[in-house]
Amino acid sequence: MTDRDERKGSILRLVAEFNKKGIEVSEDTRFAQDLEWDSLTVMDFVAAVEDEFDIIITMNRAAEIETVGQLIDAVGELQG
Amino acid sequence: MTDPGLAMTADAAKPAPRGAAPDLFDKFQPMIDIRENLLATGVTDPFSLVMERVESPTVAICNGRRTILLGTYNYMGQTFDPDVLAAGKRALDEFGSGTTGSRVLNGTYQGHRECEEALKRFYAMDHAMVFSTGYQANLGIISTMAGKDDYVILDIDSHASIYDGCALGNAQIVAFRHNDVEALEKRLKRLPAEAGKLVVLEGVYSMLGDVAPLKEMVAISKAHGAMVLVDEAHSMGFIGPNGRGVAEEQGVIDDVDFIIGTFSKSVGTVGGFCVSNHPKFEILRLVCRPYVFTASLPPSVVATAATSIDKLQGAADKRAHLWANSRRLHGGLKQLGFTLGTDEPQSAIIAVIMPDLERGAAMWEALLHEGLYVNLARPPATPAGMTLLRCSLCALHSEEQVGEILGMFEAAGKKVGVI
Repeated sequence: MTDRDERKGSILRLVAEFNKKGIEVSEDTRFAQDLEWDSLTVMDFVAAVEDEFDIIITMNRAAEIETVGQLIDAVGELQG
Repeated sequence: MTDPGLAMTADAAKPAPRGAAPDLFDKFQPMIDIRENLLATGVTDPFSLVMERVESPTVAICNGRRTILLGTYNYMGQTFDPDVLAAGKRALDEFGSGTTGSRVLNGTYQGHRECEEALKRFYAMDHAMVFSTGYQANLGIISTMAGKDDYVILDIDSHASIYDGCALGNAQIVAFRHNDVEALEKRLKRLPAEAGKLVVLEGVYSMLGDVAPLKEMVAISKAHGAMVLVDEAHSMGFIGPNGRGVAEEQGVIDDVDFIIGTFSKSVGTVGGFCVSNHPKFEILRLVCRPYVFTASLPPSVVATAATSIDKLQGAADKRAHLWANSRRLHGGLKQLGFTLGTDEPQSAIIAVIMPDLERGAAMWEALLHEGLYVNLARPPATPAGMTLLRCSLCALHSEEQVGEILGMFEAAGKKVGVI
């Protein structure tokens, strides 16, 4: 399993915890539109991702992340 | 007529000459719909109330009816203080109606200096800078202090002026969960040690009226090399032994780098300020754009502010009465069965949580009919999508008025069916 696969597994697990509507999730799933998360849910989810990977996702950076796939890549970059 | 803009407004029925381009107002359609649906229920528009006459800090005439004011932020009731009014009238006569200029050009009068001296005395700090509004004070200090490679670390429930200060600047923005000390610490630990950091906190958060754990948060911020800004807009004059705010109350004011405040609440006029002990503070007068590129406050405003600030310092009796009012209203509303924003009264703001916007608006209207004005607050201004009836008490509300207020809440609550 590659590093990216591992990251993807962890992120999908976190997404599932917040996916109260049970919407099917792929890498193309968009947080706001498809998962219908409000800003507070997004905030809690981002905090959970930050804690999981021990990173900071600034609001500037978060604003550029729309999909699950983009998040997986961004976390990889932020881990350095 | 050659101006296409004018031609457009002249005949609304004519299709707009935009071609395939959208109407720029389209983005507001969801909000227009919510508003129209609400008004279609027949409720009075809660956002277009006009006060026809104002009798005192606690009473105005609205729709011809005598109304107790419980949503004005006029915490210390200074707006009709005879000394404050006299100072304003004198300045109006002696210095005219306005400065017509920036603080750094022709807009600094004797009164602006005296106002800054009054702030330095009030806070026992070395420097004070007066802005034209509190909003501009946050906009100016945050956008100027935090540069491109710096980090602003802020509470997620921060006021719009703090977020707008971040948007005006180009620093990296990091948010943490509301009033969560551990969440702040975790984020500070993860940031590069060598990066500049500004932690932005508020003494009292105005939506729920809850107070920040500044003692712990300021200590943690300092331990990680961050500078700290505290917005004390809703605590000045009232909280702390000298009314300097929550940072004073919790014993950490000496570790705070910037205190931001406003004249539009306890001081009783309009304007904003920043006080600081930083030895290089004065350079901000030349580099802070929301300070430089706007006209300064009128002479009458800074004169009323300076007089009011001097009087706030010794207003221990008023502070004690305001606390008594806050405790009584909080306890009374809780007893009536309302859900409140805080378990205990923490400030002069008491937020009553409504089940939804419809019942919130109905309750707001019922209270107005009873003769009581409160603020209806709804998303996006509120946290967690809540609809709130926000009450802000005044030191000049009498015991009898607080009793009347509780009676009005009981009658309106039963009428609307929220208790």
